[in-house]
Amino acid sequence: MKFSESWLRTLVDPKLTSEELSHLLTMAGLEVEELDPVAPAFDSVVVAHVLEVVKHPDADRLNVCKVDTGSGTPTTIVCGAPNVAVGLKVPCALPGAQLPGDFTIKIAKVRGIESSGMLCSAKELGIAEEASGLLILPADAPVGQSIRQYLDLDDNQFELKLTPNRADCLSLLGIAREVGAITGAATSLPVVPEVPATIADMRAIVLDAPEACPLYCGRVVKAVNAKAPTPEWMKRRLERSGIRAISALVDITNYVMLELGQPLHAFDNTKLEGVVHARLAKPEEKLLLLNEQTIAVDADILMIADDVKPLAMAGIMGGEESGITLETSELFLESAFFAPKAIAGRARRYGFGSDASHRFERGVDFGGARRAIERATQLILEICGGQAGPVVEAKAALPVRQPVRLRTARAEKVLGLPLGAERIAGLFKGLALSFEQQGDDFLVTPPSWRFDMEIEEDLIEEIARLYGYDNIPSPAPRGRLKMQLQREAQRPAFRVRQMLADRGYQEVVNFAFVEAGWEADFAAKTEEADLIRLANPIASQMAVMRSTLFGGLIANLVTNLKRKQNRVRLFEVGRTFHRDAAAQPVQGFHQPWKLSGLAFGGALPDGWASDGRKVDFFDVKGDIEALLAPAALRFEKLAHPALHPGRAARILVDGKEIGCIGELHPEWVQKYELTAAPVLFELAFDALKAVVVPAYAEVSKFPAVVRDLAVVVDRDLALQALFDGLKKDLPALVIDLQLFDVYAGKGVPENKKSLALRVVMQDTQRTLQDSEVDVAMQHVIACLDKTFGAQLRA
Amino acid sequence: MDNLDQIVSEARAAFAAISDPDALEQAKARFLGKSGQITELLKGLGKLPPEEKKTAGAAINVAKTAVENALNERREAIRKAALEARLAEEALDVTLPGRAEARGGLHPVTRTLERIESLFASIGFEVADGPEIEEDFHNFTALNTPEDHPARSMHDTFYLQNPDGSLADKVLLRTHTSPIQARYMQAHVAKYGQLEKMPEIRIIAPGRVYRVDSDATHSPMFHQVEGLWVGENVSFADLKGVIADFLKSFFETDDLTVRFRPSFFPFTEPSAEIDVAFMSGALKGRWLEIAGCGMVHPNVLKIAGIDPEKYTGFAFGFGPDRLTMLRYGVNDLRLFFEGDLRFLRQFA
Repeated sequence: MKFSESWLRTLVDPKLTSEELSHLLTMAGLEVEELDPVAPAFDSVVVAHVLEVVKHPDADRLNVCKVDTGSGTPTTIVCGAPNVAVGLKVPCALPGAQLPGDFTIKIAKVRGIESSGMLCSAKELGIAEEASGLLILPADAPVGQSIRQYLDLDDNQFELKLTPNRADCLSLLGIAREVGAITGAATSLPVVPEVPATIADMRAIVLDAPEACPLYCGRVVKAVNAKAPTPEWMKRRLERSGIRAISALVDITNYVMLELGQPLHAFDNTKLEGVVHARLAKPEEKLLLLNEQTIAVDADILMIADDVKPLAMAGIMGGEESGITLETSELFLESAFFAPKAIAGRARRYGFGSDASHRFERGVDFGGARRAIERATQLILEICGGQAGPVVEAKAALPVRQPVRLRTARAEKVLGLPLGAERIAGLFKGLALSFEQQGDDFLVTPPSWRFDMEIEEDLIEEIARLYGYDNIPSPAPRGRLKMQLQREAQRPAFRVRQMLADRGYQEVVNFAFVEAGWEADFAAKTEEADLIRLANPIASQMAVMRSTLFGGLIANLVTNLKRKQNRVRLFEVGRTFHRDAAAQPVQGFHQPWKLSGLAFGGALPDGWASDGRKVDFFDVKGDIEALLAPAALRFEKLAHPALHPGRAARILVDGKEIGCIGELHPEWVQKYELTAAPVLFELAFDALKAVVVPAYAEVSKFPAVVRDLAVVVDRDLALQALFDGLKKDLPALVIDLQLFDVYAGKGVPENKKSLALRVVMQDTQRTLQDSEVDVAMQHVIACLDKTFGAQLRA
Repeated sequence: MDNLDQIVSEARAAFAAISDPDALEQAKARFLGKSGQITELLKGLGKLPPEEKKTAGAAINVAKTAVENALNERREAIRKAALEARLAEEALDVTLPGRAEARGGLHPVTRTLERIESLFASIGFEVADGPEIEEDFHNFTALNTPEDHPARSMHDTFYLQNPDGSLADKVLLRTHTSPIQARYMQAHVAKYGQLEKMPEIRIIAPGRVYRVDSDATHSPMFHQVEGLWVGENVSFADLKGVIADFLKSFFETDDLTVRFRPSFFPFTEPSAEIDVAFMSGALKGRWLEIAGCGMVHPNVLKIAGIDPEKYTGFAFGFGPDRLTMLRYGVNDLRLFFEGDLRFLRQFA
């Protein structure tokens, strides 16, 4: 809501500077977003009358003018403006004037002729961005008057950021009322006299939907001159309220809306047939609106119609065909109350809004409809002339303002502030609320312009607002001290993140909506049924909810490589999104937290210590093992759309899959123009938070026996398979089994590899005998031979 | 006896000329070995008359000790010299960089969230979480924002499509973390509702939220931290106290002013906008909008099954992105979501 300060001050004029007023409004909940002077500082510019214009003898484009500036003797001024002409009233900067841009006017010779001032354009005065010539003032502008005074330039434009509950402040009247309440200054709110009818013309009104429209005032005004000019003062007030002046009739309806908060509509009465109806839309009804949009209106849209056709979307926008033009001479003026529920959300549904819908959906004072139609009639007759018929008022059950009970103790409890009934009574009086006091209780009847006083809390808020939020104390709060449960089997999310950071990974945060192509490439989601598409994405590359974090990480890699960061370790923790009919708590959408990482570039940072080796699968596998230690992880070969089929694994803990690891598929390495394949992993974040609470096991006092052996097996044999096979049939005294070397090449047959294994044996009760160790090793060797055809390597 | 002095000085000279440990041991033999000079002299003692034996023996032993001392000194000198040489040999350029994995780091907003969580944990707030694809009900209706409520236009909401292309009208991307309030309260009532006195709710709920808005100061995805305290005697004054305490603790300064301005949110009443102004630094004296808050609206409590006569509470919502920007002097919100290592590494 924008408005001019000088307009407001005609209604209420507190002894405050503009800045003080602004602060007070902000602290009362009417946040002032902007406070700007309407014109920059300048002085000594007056209204001048051009008496004579003669071509400059020595310059083609200059004129020598004689102007009357009110000093008694005509002043000579050399002027270069193309539109200067005898008889015009224009602004004239006198010698000594300071103009915007640090420009001082002096008496000076211009091509040999002394010029004692400057005739000004709007741009030179800083009140317009562009100007093509002198600012032409109305013919009746008083010569010699200060232009600041004449154009009311010592004014400020306020812009309020109003919250939706304060629709009562969408008018000068409302703001003035509020300023009166918070400053105590006297208000002189507009008094609108009834305009008597001078003709009998009228139109009957039928309220077909009385709940949606319980009050409708209509009036015929005839013989108006739609082409009459809008008075300057009105134009100025409109413009300073951010509304462009269009034509007198439109300007008047807008002016009354700004002044009193009541949106009005003017129909061309000659286009109307029969009775005016306020009714719900009929099936398949269509209307061409003033914004040139044709709307097929839904059944819950309130319409203004005549006997034959729809005329307007009530409270939202008028129809093009019944609208007024410069040719209109006969009006039907509407001032109605449309229930917020009947208007709310409708304009948004069709993708537009209007000043009227903005007000009606928040609540317009139903006590003010009559006043507004009288005010508009008064202004129309004044400006456009004409004859007014009687006001026809159709009325059904208007909203009832139920008294709201406020208990002093409750207000004190909610605010944490000892107030006392007396002070509350004082605050209510300041707000001009009508109330009845019953001991410490108040029964408050909200005024018709407030739509936000329905329950006790609404009144508590008013009390707090007027008391001043800043004046409420802010003590250290008191609560019961109760220790929080800290589960040892659960480590904090930050701990997991920090562990990865300590291992060289940098955390990133990527958007949860990605391009559909990433879902296809990295999750093989190509069917619409698998994708979760946004209905209103801000861009096509942000249209689909991600089911994996890989896409974002790969995009981060590409960006960083472009910025010459060639060793990249990244991770992100975020939710992923999957369609799943059974998912809860939001049915249909499974949204598990994932931790995903990417490693690219040198195994170690570049430098003297690096041998130049690039990071590989096993470096990253080591990171994951460290992250989850001491849990025993299993890795199984995995086919995954994002990953190299020979270099990808699913990761299991206690038989449960918790994620995957692998090199990016060569196809995507090429498509995303990478120089090598990054290693990626994605883990269920919950699994990372779970840790094992330690349990004690006896430490043996007896020495362990360590035996190494090397066996030759098929090259394709997975170590895990070998261990699994062995463990099924392992002698009890073997407590550990480790791999310490893998070798293939010279000395080992083709398609074979040599595995060097370390077998650790121990007993908790006694020292092992050589003979039993030998038996155990023979057993291990026999088992390897039997199950895997493993030969002892010489 | 001149002979003895001569042997000792001869030995000293011989040892001093040697720097090799093996050669030294060989030189030792010349004097102290089986047929060394000193040994020979000792052997010759038997031939002396008994009265001379004692003096001669003593003199020889003095010489022997002198030779042995000379030998030991030389041995030690050679060992030390060898050690010095080895140490010199082994010396490193200690100024070379260490051989280690470079350290990564947390995202700056994560850093802020961790600090926020820990500050609130210190006064008994637990952390709660909730879904990002959220039901319309929890995002709006349960928060006293029924359909067509004008406040809904304050949120530019991302909606989802059904697989057939139609609008999925019951779900959306949450526009704030407040639905976690609603969910948490419902769960709390389900757990404790039958008790005469429910335990207090004290939670904060950080998370990502989404709005159709993208420009220099808005990101379509950003972070929020919701806070909620519901109990039998929780007041607006308490809210002010907690927020002021938090801001001073978060920025680690008393050199700031907090102000509460009346505002409007459908789910709180009274509602306030919180502004903070620093008394020093680059932003000195400017009011910065930093959070929205208020007393939980009785309708919100009722929808969750909590009796607003018995329990009151406050809720607040901070923008951790903004807090991070203020804390570290970051001037562009978009940097948080671009994954640029040169930016992110500054927060390692």
